[in-house]
Amino acid sequence: MKAIIFDIGSTFTKGVAFDLDKSEIIGRAKYPSTVNEDVTIGLQNVISEIERQTGLNIRDFNIKKATSSAAGGLKIIAIGLVPDLTTEAAKKASLGAGGKVIKIYSYELTSSDLDEILYLKPDIIILAGGTDGGNRYYPIINAKKLSRLPLNIPFIYAGNKDLQDEIKNIFLSNSKEIYITENVMPEYGVINIEKVQNIIREVFLRNIIHAKGLDKVQEIIDGIVMPTPLAVLKGLESFSEIYGECLLIDVGGATTDVCSVAKGEPTQNNVILKGLKEPYVKRSVEGDLGVRVSALSLFESAKKDIIKSFSHDKVKVIEEKVKFLNINTSYIPKNDEDLHLDAILAYFAVKIATERHVGHIEMVYTPMGTLLFQYGKDLRELDKVVCTGGPLIYNPYRVESLKGVIYSNDEPFILKPKNPTFYVDKEYIMFAIGVISEIYKDKSMSLVEKYINKV
Amino acid sequence: MGERTVVLGVIGADVHAVGLRILDYALRSAGFDVVNIGVLSSQEDFIKAAIESDARAILVSSLYGHAELDCRGFREKLQEAGLDNVLLYIGGNLGIGQKNWEEVEKKFKELGFNRVYPPKTMPDEVIRDLKKDLGLDK
Repeated sequence: MKAIIFDIGSTFTKGVAFDLDKSEIIGRAKYPSTVNEDVTIGLQNVISEIERQTGLNIRDFNIKKATSSAAGGLKIIAIGLVPDLTTEAAKKASLGAGGKVIKIYSYELTSSDLDEILYLKPDIIILAGGTDGGNRYYPIINAKKLSRLPLNIPFIYAGNKDLQDEIKNIFLSNSKEIYITENVMPEYGVINIEKVQNIIREVFLRNIIHAKGLDKVQEIIDGIVMPTPLAVLKGLESFSEIYGECLLIDVGGATTDVCSVAKGEPTQNNVILKGLKEPYVKRSVEGDLGVRVSALSLFESAKKDIIKSFSHDKVKVIEEKVKFLNINTSYIPKNDEDLHLDAILAYFAVKIATERHVGHIEMVYTPMGTLLFQYGKDLRELDKVVCTGGPLIYNPYRVESLKGVIYSNDEPFILKPKNPTFYVDKEYIMFAIGVISEIYKDKSMSLVEKYINKV
Repeated sequence: MGERTVVLGVIGADVHAVGLRILDYALRSAGFDVVNIGVLSSQEDFIKAAIESDARAILVSSLYGHAELDCRGFREKLQEAGLDNVLLYIGGNLGIGQKNWEEVEKKFKELGFNRVYPPKTMPDEVIRDLKKDLGLDK
């Protein structure tokens, strides 16, 4: 059985061909995405190249599917009530569905918020707020305001269930497309994101592909089945079926993604869990950490530490280089110096993104003695870390970059893995494994065993 | 939920959970919708839970003697959050020693609490007051 899986990205369309019976990669190609003119041009070029490599015709492939992060990815705006309750839950749901959360809002939307929403051009808006039987005011008022926007996109309501009918009517009477699903927080502190994630996927398949002009590919292949980040997450789930709890770091030019498949329960005595419970499969995305478009913002946030790696007289040069990378986003490092700088930037992207993903412990001094509050996941005992993304796959100094994942005694309350084994997605096929896992779980696991190797 | 929703919790660094469970059980049995936020809760935890759940009352429990410190500014924060109409009750060991209950009660009333209960208060009394204050005792 043969499969060919594509990733239609913002800059490149990539394709990987597999012989699933032998668990083998039999061809691969990439070509600049041509989303703005006709997405099928890039796709056809990739197909021709793979046909040439394999001697097969595209019709010979039993599975022909694609993921997409083209045209800015799946841009979601999440709206909730209290920032660290329903807003946070709505945000977590969106990220876990492979979306790109471009903005979050809490409480009542103001007119400037509404202007901003129009300006940001989201693909989907998720409205939450209130526990079941809880707050009625905010979801209703926000629904009214949103439904009057000149915005022809799907809305998803995942708030207080008592308001479902009313909210539906508000949107329908303004001729808006509205999907109603279970509350992201049915009870205080209980997070329920699976249903809304399914709806996001459904909306992605039904609307977004068309809206972004990607539906033409359906004439050539079986279709775009999910956003690329979701495919990567599913690939990681296949990995975890074999190796157990794990973490994935994906450093890119614009963002750094971190995903964990782990419970993250306390590993030490006397800690008290606080805050919202984390989903077992959790994804976080840092839009300010990357080695190209986001190189400058990364540099700004870690400048003090980054320049420590260089001699004093070099600092100006490094600063200029970072500015260069910020503009020349497809630049591939050529000499040792550039590779070294990329590795250092990647180290800080990894370090900061991991710190934001994992939980932390807060020490509180009280009349009852010292108490330890744990927020988020404790991943200190987690021992498998998968790395992917250009700088972590191809850079010869990547081992240095990966050290950013590891727990540090200098920051004992940041619950990063203490002694992980690193695995690398050396063929850059995590997304393809994810797509295949939905069709043949066992075959996706064979691919993991074969191609996701220890560093 | 709605007119019968109350938020329940132990404030501050206090970890006394038993009384909270009893109150939780009694209130549910009396038909209330209880959002129990547990021990070690801050004023903010109570307020956030009350906003999301649209609670009509917040019931604060404190047993370890630091209630006054933990509760300063609570009513003002509720007002800031737009929850002016939410009832605020407190019960437990509200002052070390508690020699003069009237004084303790007065102090907490001044802090903006609608009802203040001494130790050994039975849940029935609280439930009766709640129904009365919320206009549910018809």
